[in-house]
Amino acid sequence: MTDITQAPPRRRIRWSVLLDHAILIFGSLFMLLPLLVVFQMTTMPDVEVIKNGPQLKLGGELGPNFDKAMYKASGFSGLNTGTRMLYNSFVLGIGFAVGKIVLGMMAAYALVYFRLRFATLAFWLIFTTLLLPLEVRILPSYEVVQKMGMLNSFNGLIIPLIASATATFFFRQYFRSIPEELVEAARIDGAGPVKFFIDILVPLSKTMIAAMFIIMFVFGWNQYLWPTMITTDEDMYTLVRGIKQITQDLEGTNIPEYGRANLLALIAILPPVLIVIFFQNWFVKGLTESDK
Amino acid sequence: MAQVKLDAVRKVYPNGYQAVVPTSFQIEDGEFVVLVGPSGCGKSTLLRMIAGLEDITEGTLSIGGHAVNDVDPADRDIAMVFQNYALYPHMTVRKNIGYGLKNRKVPAAEIEAKVQEAAKMLNLTEYLDRKPSQLSGGQRQRVAMGRAVVRDPKLFLFDEPLSNLDAKLRNQMRIEIKALQRRLGVTSVYVTHDQVEAMTMADRIIVLNEGKIEQIGTPSEIYHNPASTFVASFMGAPPMNLIRAQIEDGQVKINGGTELMAVPAGWDSGEITLGVRPEDAVLDHSGAVPFEISIVEELGAHRLLHGEMAGQPFTVHVSKEVDIQPGQTRLTLNPSTLSLFDAESGKTL
Ligand SMILES: Nc1ncnc2c1ncn2[C@@H]1O[C@H](COP(=O)(O)OP(=O)(O)OP(=O)(O)O)[C@@H](O)[C@H]1O
Ligand SMILES: [Mg+2]
Repeated sequence: MTDITQAPPRRRIRWSVLLDHAILIFGSLFMLLPLLVVFQMTTMPDVEVIKNGPQLKLGGELGPNFDKAMYKASGFSGLNTGTRMLYNSFVLGIGFAVGKIVLGMMAAYALVYFRLRFATLAFWLIFTTLLLPLEVRILPSYEVVQKMGMLNSFNGLIIPLIASATATFFFRQYFRSIPEELVEAARIDGAGPVKFFIDILVPLSKTMIAAMFIIMFVFGWNQYLWPTMITTDEDMYTLVRGIKQITQDLEGTNIPEYGRANLLALIAILPPVLIVIFFQNWFVKGLTESDK
Repeated sequence: MAQVKLDAVRKVYPNGYQAVVPTSFQIEDGEFVVLVGPSGCGKSTLLRMIAGLEDITEGTLSIGGHAVNDVDPADRDIAMVFQNYALYPHMTVRKNIGYGLKNRKVPAAEIEAKVQEAAKMLNLTEYLDRKPSQLSGGQRQRVAMGRAVVRDPKLFLFDEPLSNLDAKLRNQMRIEIKALQRRLGVTSVYVTHDQVEAMTMADRIIVLNEGKIEQIGTPSEIYHNPASTFVASFMGAPPMNLIRAQIEDGQVKINGGTELMAVPAGWDSGEITLGVRPEDAVLDHSGAVPFEISIVEELGAHRLLHGEMAGQPFTVHVSKEVDIQPGQTRLTLNPSTLSLFDAESGKTL
């Protein structure tokens, strides 16, 4: 019997790979360590935290802190519990993302597929609104919302924000890369404008929609200034805002509720992170894939 | 099934470019017509006007006796096969084929039956649940065909459907498409720039050049009696030899003396262009015309002899039995095989 097995190739240390990994590991630790510190503090009684600051051991307060974070209200009305704020944040994030995607897709559809008279001009007008972020137009926007009686409502929170130049732009570029023949084949197959949009364009744009959803959801979730202005009722508070509310206690004479505030902060981080992890393949595809 | 009639149909693109000059022709019921011409000559433009994908600037287009200038593509009862197949990438083969029927509110059971039938006809049955990305080029082309036949349209339109396939598959698909069209008897317009496809598939060929028709005729008419030097050099591989000649004393002469054929009385003397198909020139040691062979091109079943005749490039096609080396030889040109063209306009005389 002949022995044809070869000696395993000698592993060589590739310094460049090692260096790459060192940089990546360092970067990850840099981002993660503060989170770990925050997590550690959520497991300690607040008094401990104030006395000793961050430590290397875990305490037993996670459960009680979680209860406080999720179910205890901090305001007068007793309505802004953690669960309520989480719910509000989700409504804002999802409404914001879905609204922007729906509106952006439809605007792009009109711009790309219909012979509008001033399509290019319209596109550039939409595009220049990128130069006017919410913060610039926040006072007039507020006034409009207020006059329409939409303060303290999800409509008022979401609708004024869903016109999106970014989404319109991305969908326009994407639609333009879809081969002309596909449109023509669909026309001959008897698909009218609405059918074409729903049967062909939307399914083809899946990955793009997913990518937009991630970006817009995180963007909406993290909104701070706008919700602060539009909603004053405590049951409309979002998480990002609620945390601030709790840490305001720092300025008082009570013992600040470190555990609760930190835990809420962690909870606020979680949904965007999960969405990115869950959708990341689609996300990369949506922004890089060009062959259809 | 239907007749297609173009009456002075013209196309000017919005940028002012005239892609098709006023053009008239008629396609008979069940006929397979091939539009052929070089790139940019307006073949696709003409086809897309028939499909309704492009507006007709002037003139009337009728399908089955009705003017359809203003009819939507979906309502013209046509089916089109595109060069890059244009399959819906997110739909299975089954859905791709059935989509046109679904949009026409055909009951689901009937769609399924028709899709099965079309798939069987095109050998696609086992691929019905695949996505287009999981098919080979030839199979995708078949799906595109399936999408066309399933609707049982009055008219098939093909825009270079085979040009993305390799040579072997192209030959095979060519035969399949032709056979399918014969069987279904559907009037068809087929665009290609491949003259072999045109010759082998067409009942009639329309040769286009720069937006106007050079000639309409059966493949044999086009090949043997080209209407112009353009058609003569476009159709046939290798193309027809075109050489300068003169008419003098009622004779066609080359080389300033060698008489080739008599012309009818009353023809003016002067310069003309003489056309000779490579296979119509006969090697003959006692022939009248000297021919200097410089290259022998070996093609297996036959040979091409490239050289010079009367000081101009000339190609002769001989069968593989003829063993010949580069050097001096002579040719006989049979007068009945020669084509004469006006030296200026290139039109046949
Ligand atoms: N939308 C358009 N606007 C202006 N000119 C156009 C347009 N589409 C085509 N043309 C021009 O019209 C001419 C004919 O185009 P067409 O697509 O019909 O050519 P073709 O014969 O199909 O060529 P090919 O074999 O390369 O497909 C070309 O010169 C082209 O540049
Ligand atoms: Mg073309």
